[in-house]
Amino acid sequence: MSTGHTHKLYRHGASPVHRLPAHCKILAVLAFVLLVVATPRAAMWAFGGYALLLAAVAVVARVPPGFWLRRMLIEVPFVAFAVLLPFVAEGPRVEWLGLSLSESGLWAAWNVLAKGTLGVAASVLLAATTEIRELLLGLERLGLPPVLVQIAAFMIRYLDVIADELRRMRIARASRGFTARGPRQWAVLAKSAGALFVRSYERGERVHLAMLSRGYTGTMPVIDRLTASTAQWAGAATLPLAALVLCLLGWLL
Amino acid sequence: MHVPDGFFDAPVSLAAGAVAAGAVAVSLRGARRELDDRLTPLAGLVAAFVFAVQMINFPVGAGTSGHLMGGALAAILVGPYTAVLCLSVVLLIQALLFADGGLTALGVNITLLGVVAVLVAYPLFRLLTKTLPRRRSSVGVAAFVAALVSVPAAAVAFTGLFAIGGTADVPLGRVLAAMVGVHTAIGLGEAAITAMTVGAVLAVRPDLVHGARDLRRPLVLRTASGDAGAKAAPADTAATHAPTSPTTPAPPTGAAPGRRSVRPVWIAGLAASLLCAGVLSFYASQELDGLERVSTDHGIMEREREHDLADSPLADYELRDVDNGLLSGGTAGVLGVGVTLAVGTGVLLLVRRRNRTGPPATAVGGTSSGADAG
Repeated sequence: MSTGHTHKLYRHGASPVHRLPAHCKILAVLAFVLLVVATPRAAMWAFGGYALLLAAVAVVARVPPGFWLRRMLIEVPFVAFAVLLPFVAEGPRVEWLGLSLSESGLWAAWNVLAKGTLGVAASVLLAATTEIRELLLGLERLGLPPVLVQIAAFMIRYLDVIADELRRMRIARASRGFTARGPRQWAVLAKSAGALFVRSYERGERVHLAMLSRGYTGTMPVIDRLTASTAQWAGAATLPLAALVLCLLGWLL
Repeated sequence: MHVPDGFFDAPVSLAAGAVAAGAVAVSLRGARRELDDRLTPLAGLVAAFVFAVQMINFPVGAGTSGHLMGGALAAILVGPYTAVLCLSVVLLIQALLFADGGLTALGVNITLLGVVAVLVAYPLFRLLTKTLPRRRSSVGVAAFVAALVSVPAAAVAFTGLFAIGGTADVPLGRVLAAMVGVHTAIGLGEAAITAMTVGAVLAVRPDLVHGARDLRRPLVLRTASGDAGAKAAPADTAATHAPTSPTTPAPPTGAAPGRRSVRPVWIAGLAASLLCAGVLSFYASQELDGLERVSTDHGIMEREREHDLADSPLADYELRDVDNGLLSGGTAGVLGVGVTLAVGTGVLLLVRRRNRTGPPATAVGGTSSGADAG
């Protein structure tokens, strides 16, 4: 169970970014995104600067652009949402190609689009360079309650198992001629969901018993603790510090 | 409803993060009380279940499909505290590993999808299961209503946050109407699926439905001669129930003697909520037409996995045809009922604390056989 758990966003590598301790990276990304969100939307060039910063990190991390951009497709629904804003927002309207667009709506759309995209890009980079196990260790190091980290660890550990159960149920349904067309088939799907819950819960009970029989007393032993040297902290801080400069410039100029 | 980065300004994001952290801290203590050292494996597996169940596509028709959000379902199945923990973990992992929902918006997402949904759904569910006759079908009805109200309630909370720190200049009334309108329609789907899923679990493992623990009946051991012998049962139900003989089984609808005095209050409340439900269903059916139109007109977008937030302005665009007074009136009614019931349940829980039943797993077989006998 301890190996082979790489998620689809992770890209194995040995770059300086990969080697940074996870908690430094999480803090850096969080600070970066927070600064991006706090930047005034009128400072368009600042967002260009942020994008360049992320691109620089991607180059250092040796994450190919194709990989990176493909993983960002998750953002598409928000793009669609942002495109609609100019039509529904209030305020003075602008004529463009025969369409009446709200000026503030255009700004809002830009705002959501730019900040959302940068947020997704930063998250994808973090996920691409950090293993799940490290990510969880990093979260614990950052003071997330150990119980919560353990729940997340169990969830990730068994997610594939549960998803596989779901897949087997789907294949079983399909092989019996079931196709879901509309709400009339919901009852069958809901029964699958119910069965999935019972199986998940019972698996949880069995896992607990297995843990007890191996001497579990309510807390997990800490095997390795993440540590970061000053150099590593400094390396991780480069991104948010550069972003801080851009953010301040955005407010001042 | 995974909110992306940049949708809310930084102060609101941070404040929502603080609210979410507080709620998680409270839930950690509550869940520890409920599950003690079983907490981490069980909550972890339930979180994996919530994650997986969001992958099931429920076809709505016309090539579109939606998926469960699972807040109400988790609350009913595993209890409110564990549900908040599971949903928070799911949202955290979605934000960190799948870039689904912004990192700075994580607090907003946990507050809306976890805390608000559970805080509305669970008290409502408990109140309804106590009010309605003690039958299995009542659990389904209660789950339906709880899920139905929880989704628009999250939408209202979203609008509240939007009023404080939204970054788009869309009139608030329109946001509210669009969000609540669309989410009432989404809530109908969520409600139907939640009720059916709870029913499916209730049919095979009734002891696993946390919200319906009260429906469990004492385990009756029958001897070969046919008379009911010793009872190995949760303490409170065993004490209050009259001894059950095979010829005259105790009616499942009857409340325990000590609790009978509050029944009239519940029946009055039931009548009121039924009245509201009638009004509600009328408006709800009005709004369903709106959603159907949206989904057929904008089929491309609806096919995306994210249907909730992305829909809202669309729906606004389309729902303009629907009389606005009607819409807001109906939704206000829904919310009024929800808030009233939630407050009522809160008072109820304060006034009259029921003993927690923590039955051992061995009661399982007896529970189901008891249900068959009744």
